[in-house]
Amino acid sequence: MPAPRPLRDIAVVAFAQTDHRRTSDDLSEVEMLMPVLHRVLARTGLKTGDIGFTCSGSTDYLAGRAFSFTMALDGVGAWPPISESHVEMDGAWALYEAWTKLLTGDADTALVYAYGKSSPGSVRDVLTRQLDPYYVAPLWPDSIALAALQAQALIDAGDTDEPALAAVASRSRASATDNPHAQLRGSVPRGDYAVRPLRTGDCPPIGDGAAAVILAAGDRARDLCERPAWIRGIDHRIEAHGLGVRDLTDSPSTRLAAERAGAFERPLDTAELHAPFSSQEVVLRKTLRLDDGVDVNPSGGALAANPVMAAGLIRIGEAAARIGRGASDRALAHATSGPCLQQNLVAVLEGDPR
Amino acid sequence: MSDTKSNALSNASGNALSSATGKEPVAVVGIGQTKHVAARRDVSIAGLVREAAQRALADAELTWADIDAVVIGKAPDFFEGVMMPELYLADALGAVGKPMLRVHTAGSVGGSTALVATNLVAGRVHGTVLTLAYEKQSESNAMWGLSLPIPFQQPLLAGAGGFFAPHVRAYMRRTGAPDTVGSLVAYKDRRNALKNPYAHLHEHGITLEKVQASPMLWDPIRYSETCPSSDGACAMVLTDRAGAARSPRPPAWLHGGAMRSEPTLFAGKDFVSPRAGKDCAADVYRQAGIADPRRDIDAVEMYVPFSWYEPMWLENLGFADEGEGWKLTESGVTELDGDLPVNMSGGVLSTNPIGASGMIRFAEAALQVRGQAGEHQVDGARRVLGHAYGGGSQFFSMWLVGAAPPTS
Amino acid sequence: MTEVLKAPLVVEFPFTRSLGPVQSAFLTGLRERVVLGVRTGDGRVLVPPVEYDPVTSEEIGELVEVAPTGTVTTWAWNHEPRRGQPLDTPFAWVLVRLDGADTALLHALDAPGGPDSVRTGTRVRVRWAEDRSGAITDIACFEPYESPNPHELRDPYSGGAAALVGSDGRFEDPVTGIVAPARLDYTYSPGRAQSAYIRSLADRRVVGERCPSCRKVYVPPRGACPTCGVATSEQVEVGPRGTVTTYCIVNIKATHTANLDIEVPYVYAHIALDGADLALHGRIGGIPYDQVRMGLRVEPVWSEAGGHPDHYRPTGEPDADYETYKELL
Repeated sequence: MPAPRPLRDIAVVAFAQTDHRRTSDDLSEVEMLMPVLHRVLARTGLKTGDIGFTCSGSTDYLAGRAFSFTMALDGVGAWPPISESHVEMDGAWALYEAWTKLLTGDADTALVYAYGKSSPGSVRDVLTRQLDPYYVAPLWPDSIALAALQAQALIDAGDTDEPALAAVASRSRASATDNPHAQLRGSVPRGDYAVRPLRTGDCPPIGDGAAAVILAAGDRARDLCERPAWIRGIDHRIEAHGLGVRDLTDSPSTRLAAERAGAFERPLDTAELHAPFSSQEVVLRKTLRLDDGVDVNPSGGALAANPVMAAGLIRIGEAAARIGRGASDRALAHATSGPCLQQNLVAVLEGDPR
Repeated sequence: MSDTKSNALSNASGNALSSATGKEPVAVVGIGQTKHVAARRDVSIAGLVREAAQRALADAELTWADIDAVVIGKAPDFFEGVMMPELYLADALGAVGKPMLRVHTAGSVGGSTALVATNLVAGRVHGTVLTLAYEKQSESNAMWGLSLPIPFQQPLLAGAGGFFAPHVRAYMRRTGAPDTVGSLVAYKDRRNALKNPYAHLHEHGITLEKVQASPMLWDPIRYSETCPSSDGACAMVLTDRAGAARSPRPPAWLHGGAMRSEPTLFAGKDFVSPRAGKDCAADVYRQAGIADPRRDIDAVEMYVPFSWYEPMWLENLGFADEGEGWKLTESGVTELDGDLPVNMSGGVLSTNPIGASGMIRFAEAALQVRGQAGEHQVDGARRVLGHAYGGGSQFFSMWLVGAAPPTS
Repeated sequence: MTEVLKAPLVVEFPFTRSLGPVQSAFLTGLRERVVLGVRTGDGRVLVPPVEYDPVTSEEIGELVEVAPTGTVTTWAWNHEPRRGQPLDTPFAWVLVRLDGADTALLHALDAPGGPDSVRTGTRVRVRWAEDRSGAITDIACFEPYESPNPHELRDPYSGGAAALVGSDGRFEDPVTGIVAPARLDYTYSPGRAQSAYIRSLADRRVVGERCPSCRKVYVPPRGACPTCGVATSEQVEVGPRGTVTTYCIVNIKATHTANLDIEVPYVYAHIALDGADLALHGRIGGIPYDQVRMGLRVEPVWSEAGGHPDHYRPTGEPDADYETYKELL
């Protein structure tokens, strides 16, 4: 099915992120987030009051507190009152909500941010609370265990093997050498098995971080940015929740979102994939039919820095930044949520011809 | 291959939308609620949301295949102990293979969720969208979820009512309202609830004396002036012009919708009449062409978790001048047969599945303009406001729906 | 710079979950050592049985008994079991397609032979828990199972060795709900600004922070001026005296809150400390609850334990004029 044209041309015009760290316990969430908001605004010269719509993504379960997002709003400076919303999802979906708001014409600019501190709790255990609360959550299967089940299914299907997984991890961390914000860079050992067949090297670093993006529509985007990253298409889809009813070696939701976003209409040069585990990159590459001509995760991806709730938004930001600096003309950005890639978002970004 | 790019260029030529490509009008064509009760022990969380969704589909005479996307909202995940529960609920809400969004804006979430869904239609991303909000409070205890033992912080000393009661006292001091006004609101809303089959509290034999004799919990707030704790869900089907044309029943049309947020606590914050609420209402009125809300709006479903918030919001929303809101309540203007009926459904005071409470306001407003509110129908309601708020009186979401399609 | 504070935060609750008919039948079945699936409109059998068909979205409820034996469809070796997991010795996470089912169930496999003894395709059977209450944990785990002729067992209805009891999914005294305890442990840190504030409380000083832009003094400081969106850092000592701006009288003890050891009625007040630009919250003591009023001048009574004031008491000064604090209300 051909991708429908968006009603309005909307672009990512600025992106900023923290240096991702194992812990940021010297800072509250707002203390961690606020400098990123300042940086992303400074890149466009905009102030909070100039922004038409603000939307954020975060989760109470990482913080261990209800309504944790309300205090993060302190960093925005929401006075006079602002048009604002929040999703309990990765910031990539906050960006999606902001994109729809801009489509309606009610706003011309949007600030999108996301943050997550995994350091206060045990993110492996916290994520078990996402699972079917009757049949699965009572068994506390942690996020690495579920990813390992998926990895074994891929190995059984002949889609990968342990050395190939190690190569994904090693390529990601090598690419991250050029990314000053990354948490894991350079040569990282494969490590022991975390949950076999996944080794510690196949798993994302646990850490804290935040990111922010500014969207703008039409000429406003050109005014604010030398080379806007136009959102050619963006779509997201969810799959059934039960792992036992899904083919874990495939990602039909990613494929459908990519089709709807126009990913297959012309060649891509870059893909920023939100694949926290090396095995998930295998699924996504296959699903998205990415060949060697596509530079996958030049930022290092989630294997180099995985601030939960912000890592998906960072993929869009990284892809846009690459377009902005002329290193890409057409990039795909992907975000995921839920166990074993249950929910997936795909955005296709393009720069103007040079 | 290159024409995609040139299209992108030619389309990126202006900020404002031309009238040819402007916002798509949005219609509510299906509404469903569960019968709200203290504990729905007969269903799972999925079963609860499914029931509301199925009723909304039935009202619209649509099937799951007709739904393009699902937008779901609820209050904190700790209330049911399920993190990001939309992942588990995807199957129950027919969302497999579709886009699914999860909104959380504290108590205003039910309204915000509906507004996020309207954008999908108005921005022509989708033709028909299911939006739903819920809370199953019986899975845990909301006070537990709201007062987790955060180290170093001063513990919440007084519960939710204790958070709001001082602001009620400030309102009384500021306006000189007599201390009976709160009980009048509670008496009215509980009687209205008797006409709403979905309301949680059905207090047959309620009298003003009984309300006034109920114990003072957080003085100046009495027990009967507080909201219950409910299990419930509310769903709506939103669609575009083409979908509305196929609707078997009259649609409700969106004339204006807005969200506004301000910080939780700040120097200069007016808890009695927050500026975010005023600005949000002004934005909605501007979109809907409302010059004088008191004259131009026929009825209001507003988020009143404690009875005194009715006169406070009447002022905040511009239905009365500052200090005069309680007079509307006292003189019966907000009664079901009054000049400006407020909370015809019985309101949050009669039904409070927290995350759904805002959406119920929005849905009840739509029921009124569709002429489908049954026993609590306001005759001739053409334009009705739905209102929700949350957090520390800081997040507001509102929509104004009409019986006629928007003209602009 | 003050070192940040840290302390454990335990988030724990026994959630009470009602099940609905399909989940009720499945979990009651487990109690009775019977495994049930649910048949979809197109004839697939889903185990565990879900309430809604993930493919068609239809509500489904036709229960079908399947065998307690099955085949591993994928697995992962967990050499370090974590809290709450089914076994406390190394085990394999497995997805198991039970004989008679079209989908797989997630559980643990106790494989004494270690990871080298497990593969996709391994035949397994349910090991029932001794004490069963109607919960997924009534399956203690799976265990390897040497079946003489696996091919025959793929269809339990053909008379294979797998024992079916002929359940129709109806049981005496069905389980209608479960209690799902959940505990998560966090290490909470309030960050820079609040750490500094809390440390000053230990010296019985109340230290707020001034916004460099609007000059308002925030107490307690939260690290950012919420209206300007900039960091606060200039420390300003305020109080200790202040004015009650508004209050309520608390007459009930709410469950699950920290006020259980305070006798009711008591007054919960908003107090604007002298020099602060917004009110904080505290309890008023040292005066009968029905004599507290807006404008009352108060001062902190520090607790022996340190930290936040235990409560505030009247200073004996004349009440503040409404005009002086109405902007702080």
